[in-house]
Amino acid sequence: MPKLTINDIEIEVAPGTSILQAAEQLGIEIPRFCYHDKLSVPANCRMCLVEVSPGPPKPQASCALACADGMNVQTDSALVKKARKGVMEFLLINHPLDCPICDQGGECDLQDQAVSYGFDRSRYHENKRAVPNKEVGPLIKTIMTRCIQCTRCVRFGEEIGGMTELGLMHRGEDVEIDTFIGKSITTELSGNMIDICPVGALTSKPYAFKARSWELSKTESIDVHDAVGCNIRVDSRGGEVMRILPRLHEDINEEWINDRTRFAYDGLKRSRLDRPWLRDPQSGALREATWEEALSVLSAKLQQAKPDKIAALAGDLVDVESVVALKDLLGLMGAGNLECRIDGARFDPAERAGYIFNTTIAGLEEADAILLVGTNPRREATLVNARIRKTWLNRHIPVGLVGAACDLTYPYEHLGETPQDLEKLMTSRSGFAKTLKDAKNPVIIAGMGAFCREDGLAIHALLHDMAEHFGAVRDDWCGFSILHDAAGRVGALDVGFYSGDGFDLGAMDVVYLLGADDFDMAQIAPESFVIYQGHHGDNGAHRADMILPGATYTEKDALYVNMEGRVQMARRAVHPPGQAREDWKIIRALSDATGHSLPYNDLLELRERIALEWPHLGVVDVAGAAVWGGFGEAGKTTGQKFKPTIENFYITNAITRASATMKKCAQSLMRDECITEKQDMEAAE
Amino acid sequence: MLDDQDRIFTNLYGWDSFSLDRARSRGDWDGTAALIKKGKDWIIEEMKKSGLRGRGGAGFPTGMKWSFMPDPEKSGKPHYLVINADESEPGTCKDRDILRHDPHKLLEGALLAGFAMGAHHAYIYIRGEFYNEGSAVIRAIEEAYDAGLLGKNAAGSGWDFDVVLHRGAGAYICGEETALLNSLEGRKGEPRNKPPFPAMAGLYACPTTVNNVETIAVVPTILRRGGAWFGGIGRDDKNTGTKLFCLSGHVNNPCNVEEAMGIPLKELIEKHAGGVRGGWDNLLAVIPGGSSTPLLPKEICDKVLMDFDSLREAQSGLGTAAVIVMDKSTDIVYAIARLSYFYMHESCGQCTPCREGTGWLWRVMRRMVTGHANVEEIDMLLDVSKEIEGHTICAHGDASAWPIQGLIRHFRPEMEKRILEYRKQAA
Repeated sequence: MPKLTINDIEIEVAPGTSILQAAEQLGIEIPRFCYHDKLSVPANCRMCLVEVSPGPPKPQASCALACADGMNVQTDSALVKKARKGVMEFLLINHPLDCPICDQGGECDLQDQAVSYGFDRSRYHENKRAVPNKEVGPLIKTIMTRCIQCTRCVRFGEEIGGMTELGLMHRGEDVEIDTFIGKSITTELSGNMIDICPVGALTSKPYAFKARSWELSKTESIDVHDAVGCNIRVDSRGGEVMRILPRLHEDINEEWINDRTRFAYDGLKRSRLDRPWLRDPQSGALREATWEEALSVLSAKLQQAKPDKIAALAGDLVDVESVVALKDLLGLMGAGNLECRIDGARFDPAERAGYIFNTTIAGLEEADAILLVGTNPRREATLVNARIRKTWLNRHIPVGLVGAACDLTYPYEHLGETPQDLEKLMTSRSGFAKTLKDAKNPVIIAGMGAFCREDGLAIHALLHDMAEHFGAVRDDWCGFSILHDAAGRVGALDVGFYSGDGFDLGAMDVVYLLGADDFDMAQIAPESFVIYQGHHGDNGAHRADMILPGATYTEKDALYVNMEGRVQMARRAVHPPGQAREDWKIIRALSDATGHSLPYNDLLELRERIALEWPHLGVVDVAGAAVWGGFGEAGKTTGQKFKPTIENFYITNAITRASATMKKCAQSLMRDECITEKQDMEAAE
Repeated sequence: MLDDQDRIFTNLYGWDSFSLDRARSRGDWDGTAALIKKGKDWIIEEMKKSGLRGRGGAGFPTGMKWSFMPDPEKSGKPHYLVINADESEPGTCKDRDILRHDPHKLLEGALLAGFAMGAHHAYIYIRGEFYNEGSAVIRAIEEAYDAGLLGKNAAGSGWDFDVVLHRGAGAYICGEETALLNSLEGRKGEPRNKPPFPAMAGLYACPTTVNNVETIAVVPTILRRGGAWFGGIGRDDKNTGTKLFCLSGHVNNPCNVEEAMGIPLKELIEKHAGGVRGGWDNLLAVIPGGSSTPLLPKEICDKVLMDFDSLREAQSGLGTAAVIVMDKSTDIVYAIARLSYFYMHESCGQCTPCREGTGWLWRVMRRMVTGHANVEEIDMLLDVSKEIEGHTICAHGDASAWPIQGLIRHFRPEMEKRILEYRKQAA
């Protein structure tokens, strides 16, 4: 443990700590541009210079210098101040200083540090450098003259994104950040480059010139575009979501979010359901209705129908409260045909350990070998994939994949595509089976691609046996993990929003769709009365005979349970549009109309009721430690190949389908990918 | 003046062939195995005794540098010797003559140095423009392999040793040792942060020593004749041995010459280069150690000695010992402005002060040439050069600052005169 003094304050730090980090521990600020604690350290901005003795008689870059015993560091001496001023001046001489028209203004590292450490006037009277802007796709806007060549974006692409798309070209004064050659940035994490860019060189294209950072109200919330449960900050102005940014959560998303999470927000403002609608029996067209009319018609319909002819489906984006309220209401009416696995996934939800990501996302960093089954984590849960890549970067762990081959941004062994390849692993004693067996902390990750098929239950049982066979389940380690792709799924499973025996959707008289859009509507009989409660005029609303306008995740206080079984609280940033209401309130109002009033009048009472029955849902931000047990139904597997569940990363749910930005991404970026994949295949032939 | 029998580079001028049999007749590869048998500690001890300081410009004691290499058994990694033949400093042409006329000295030195630091591999990184020189080295390497002097059991010493020649693409910055390593690894030639020093994590993150061509080429002779012999030549015990000087510019007979360390500059120029064009009194200034060292005006040149410490006292440096002589016909401001342009052009662009500062310096210098500037800007120029110096990752920033600091130190009146004249004309 090296002991040193910084500004005459003594501190003892862990070996390998840099001076900059040690100073941070003491609360001493050292300015920096290129240093980022999640990226490698190039020490090229030279802003963090400090005076170190003993050592050479010149200032040292504190980000790259490890603390050593007996060091005496000065971060504010005259020498240091002079050096910083110099560096600041150099950074600014070729910077356009166009802060008034720069989207980074107000949250710009260069701006802030120029105020703290710079001159108040310029000595530079030569011509400034201008750098051509780059076209890198529909998400990132570039104004490269503002770039200070800190290379954070380049390192992010190489290290976190796993795609070497950006680089520092040319040399000397002529260096430019660019793609090779003129390509788009296609990594799903590209938006994070905007966040880490310390100046306004990379800014958000959809957000360009839309708002200033200081006029936005910031709401800390949770993302629902996948089951990772990324922590986000929703920035809104008036009733409008202006942008979405990541929030630090080391155990989930660190400080990254994927591009769907970040840029799909324009979908929140389009195709919205803002009033109740009723299908006119004569004309067959939808007409506007009042809440009173809608609820009375609906309660009549529900009371007329036989309870066993009523079914409810919960969609991918539903919150825990509304699911519980709907379950309670239908329960009071004696109806029990519930399902939340609308994608047709067949797995056994009897044991919680059988359907959550037991390893936890942060736990992946302890893994020694990872087997992926029927999943493309890069598309289904980008941040989980980023975590696997981080582990691979640190320790080059072996990764195996049974499923469709894809680019995961790290190398893996492709072990086959069918359940038989899994069975082979069970019987084999060499190759990847040996790797898994020998690993101290093996992990088996199965995606929905492994279960959305006839033999899903048998595969579930097989994976259970594999986990035990390979020693992935111990008291201190659980390497059996299910990777969900729907944010509402684990919460709905936790509260039992499914029927054990299943039911025939086609035989139902009344079907209640709670935000359920992503399944084949043809499964519902044409004569069934369909209620759609949700926020977008999407598949469900098109089929519906009655539409009840609900709220999106940015418009309600709600609980979500992520794939790890971690309960997280989303907060309302804006109000739902028009007559739309928070979803649990709609169901509460409906319960009054049916005469089966639900016993809670506000959100707190509802949450109390939830915590009473499911105590683990009353504790926020704890990854679920589930008890291991038996699950699945041993049976014969078919020879069918595992299919990916997400073809198009950018378009996965009603919000993204309404988003113009996501459409642009799908058109330009996914097409690029398809073209390269096609070219690769042709080259291979 | 150096005695003929003390000369190490006996074929500096290419009067004889560089081939192996001719090199052997000049004493190369003589008893190499016996030197190796004496052990690595003995070799490093002799090198320390010789007082040899790195000939690439920084002048770090070579024996000490080798002793920083970890024990190969403890490090558990391959060790590398990298020979820096990326000689690009303007005015310098000493390594070139070694490479094309005496490559076997280099190869033998590589074997001895490699053995001393536990390396089985040496890379010679040669600048791309040295096409013929590289070809000569390749010929010499082939000859040495054919004669069993390299490869398995090199020269019968029991030490396996391979030498690979790698051609660079001609970037000046790749002569900086860590940029050279990056370039050798196939990356962009950008200097690395130090620490870690190459002796800890160099080529492919393995222990590596980077030495200049001349440093390695003098090793066999030092070991054969003893460190004490080499240490006995020169001014004092810190500035020892013989040194190749490159004399160029306004002299009657530009040449490379091997001389004793600490020879007076005036004697060096008058004896070997036939004197300054138009006589000693026609001398304006001398850049004593390659373009990056601050120039010296005639008053200092009259007395200064050519070694590391004397030149440091004169606020300049020995650098690569490339003496650039400028007589009174020289436009001294333009000369330094041209060097500024060179350093701007060759900056790798990685770190801020050098990337932004070198261009600034050149733009101001360009105006200083005509006098289209303010007198206060001379102080600003000096201040900017000080803001670059010592704040960068590698020494390129320092190298871009020093020539301008030297100019302002000694020729400020000339700069002021031009500014005032320009004003008069403009008015």
